[in-house]
Amino acid sequence: MSKEGKMDCGRRRLIVATAAVGGAGALAVLVPFVSTMLPSERAKAAGAPVEVDISKLEPGQMVTVEWRGKPVWIINRTQAMLDTLPQLDGEVADPQSDRKQQPEYCKNEHRSIKPEILVTVGICTHLGCSPTSKFKPGVDEGMTPDWKGGFLCPCHGSTFDLAGRVFKAKPAPTNLEIPPHMYLSDTRILIGEDKKGA
Amino acid sequence: MANTNFEKYKSDGSLPGNLLEWVDARFPATAMWKGHLSEYYAPKNFNFWYFFGSLALLVLVIQIVTGIFLVMHYKPDASLNAAGIPVAFASVEYIMRDVPWGWLVRYMHSTGASAFFIVVYLHMFRGLLYGSYRQPRELIWVFGVLIFLCLMAEAFFGYLLPWGQMSFWGAQVIVNLFGAIPLIGEPLSIWVRGDFVIGDATLNRFFSFHVIAIPLVLIGLIAAHILALHEVGSNNPDGVEIKKKKDENGIPLDGIPFHPYYTVKDIVGVVVFLMVFSLVVFFAPEGGGYFLEYNNFFPADPLKTPPHIAPVWYFTPYYSVLRAMVWNFFGLDAKFWGVVGMGASVVVFAFLPWLDRSPVKSIRYRGPIFKSFLTAFVICFFILGYLGTQAPSYWGEKVSQVCTVIYFAFFLLMPWYSKIDKYKPEPERVTWK
Repeated sequence: MSKEGKMDCGRRRLIVATAAVGGAGALAVLVPFVSTMLPSERAKAAGAPVEVDISKLEPGQMVTVEWRGKPVWIINRTQAMLDTLPQLDGEVADPQSDRKQQPEYCKNEHRSIKPEILVTVGICTHLGCSPTSKFKPGVDEGMTPDWKGGFLCPCHGSTFDLAGRVFKAKPAPTNLEIPPHMYLSDTRILIGEDKKGA
Repeated sequence: MANTNFEKYKSDGSLPGNLLEWVDARFPATAMWKGHLSEYYAPKNFNFWYFFGSLALLVLVIQIVTGIFLVMHYKPDASLNAAGIPVAFASVEYIMRDVPWGWLVRYMHSTGASAFFIVVYLHMFRGLLYGSYRQPRELIWVFGVLIFLCLMAEAFFGYLLPWGQMSFWGAQVIVNLFGAIPLIGEPLSIWVRGDFVIGDATLNRFFSFHVIAIPLVLIGLIAAHILALHEVGSNNPDGVEIKKKKDENGIPLDGIPFHPYYTVKDIVGVVVFLMVFSLVVFFAPEGGGYFLEYNNFFPADPLKTPPHIAPVWYFTPYYSVLRAMVWNFFGLDAKFWGVVGMGASVVVFAFLPWLDRSPVKSIRYRGPIFKSFLTAFVICFFILGYLGTQAPSYWGEKVSQVCTVIYFAFFLLMPWYSKIDKYKPEPERVTWK
C-alpha cells in the first residue's frame, strides 16, 4: 500500500469506505434476527379480557383466575380486613397509591371499585413471583405477632397488606398492580377492560 | 511457552511413519502435540489443587455427550398433552421411565451440572490461593471469568427445560431482573421472554441457547483459556516463574513435560472423580434436594409460586447478595441495586489481576492480612450460599448484608491491604520434596 513510507490516501479512503459499508450491512442484518425474539403476533393476540363470576365468593375468600398468563386474585374482604388498612398507612411504602400501579378509579384507601372486592395481579412487583396469602393475623401462618393479614412473597420476603400495598424496606418497589377491570353486573367482573370507566 | 517451531516429522519408512509425515506436511500435527502436550513444560510442583482444570474439561465432555443423547428424546414444548401435562415436562419423565437407560443419561447430565460448578469453584479457588491471575496470566483469568459467566448462563437456560415449578419460577425471577434496569428494563425482559410471561416462546429460545449458542461460545472461550495458558506457561503453588531458570536447551529447570507426567497424574484425579460422581449418579442423584430440587418434580404452574423457592445451590451466594439489597439509593429502587450487586459479585472476579498489589503471588509467602481476608471471603461465600437456600428471614437478611460487605471488601480493599501486608521472600526456584 505504501511506497517509500508514503501512504496512498486514495486507497486508504476506499478501504475505509468498504469497511463502513460492510459494517453497516452487518449491523442492518442484526435487525431481523433481533426482531425474531420479540413477542410474535400470536403472543400479542393472546391478551383477551377474562370474565369472572364472583357470586359464590364468600367474605374472606379469594379466587385466582388467569389473565394474560398471569394470576389475578379476586378477594372478598371482610369488614375486619378492611379495618386493618388505615392502621397500616404508616408502615406501607406508598399508602396513598401515588405511584401508577392502578387505574385512576382504584386510587383510594381500599384500592378497588367496590370497597370489599379487591382485584389485583398476584405477581410480586419485585421479580415476579406469586405471593402467598397470609390472611390470618398474628403468628398462625408463620408471620410476626403484629401481622394484620396480607401477602408474603416466598422468593424475597416482600410483604403486602390486604390492599396489595407493599410494606416499607422490602425488596418490592411498588404496590401490587391493579388490572383495568369493570363490573358487568353486581357479581360479574371483566378483567382487562374498563371501557365504561368506573 | 507453546513452541510452534518444531521440525516436521520425518518418516522412519514404516507405513504409520509415512502417513504421519504426509499429514505433518499438510497440518501442524506434530507441532500441536509437542507444543501443548509432550513438550509443554509445566512446573514439577503441582499439587492436589491442580486436578480441577482437567476435571472441568472432563465434565464438559460428559455434559456434551449426555446432552446430545438427551436432545434425541426431549421436547421443548410448553403446551399441554392429552393428560394435561406440559409436553416438555412429560418428555423428561419419558426419558426417565421409558427410554432405555434414559434415567442414567439424564442423571449424569443433572449431576454433571452440579459437578461442573464444584470443580470450577475449586479451580477458581486454586487461582486465589496461588495468585494464578497475576501478571502475566491476566488474560487467562479474564477468559476464565467469561467461561464462568457462560457456565452460569448455560446452567440457567438448561434449568428451564424440564419445565417444572422451580424451572418456571426461577426463570421468572431471573428474567424479571432485567426489568429492574431503568428505562430499557421492561422492553428488554419482554424481548428475552418473547412474550409477556414465561411461556412456550421462552422455553424454545432457552433450549436453543442451551444446546447451540452458549456451548459454542463456551468451547471457543475454553480454547482461548488454554491457548493463553500455554502461551505464558502454568503458575505453580510457589507462584514463581519457572521460565526464569532454564537449562542449556532453553527448557525450564523446574518444568516437566505435561505428557506423560501430568496426563498420568490427571488420570488418577479422573478415576477418583468418577468414583464420587458415580456414587452420586447411582445413589443420590437428587443430591438431597440440592442437585435436583423437589419442587421441580411438579409441572410448571404459572398461577402458583411454590411456598419456598430457591435457586440451585451454585447460584445461591449471588442470590443472597441480590436479597441483601433492600434500600433505595439515588432515586433507584432497591430491586435495581440488588441486580447490580448480584452482577457485580460475579464480574468483580475479573478485576482481581489489577486489584492485587502484593509483591508475591502464592499464599505460601503472603502475610496474615491477606490470609485473613481470604478466609473471611470463603466463609462469607459459604454463609451467603447457605442463606440463599433458605426462606427469607429477618436475621438471614442482616447476616447476608454483613457477608455481602465482607465479600466485596475482599476485592475492593485488596489494592490497599495486599500492599501493606507482610510477606516472606519467594524462593528462587520451586520448592519440591
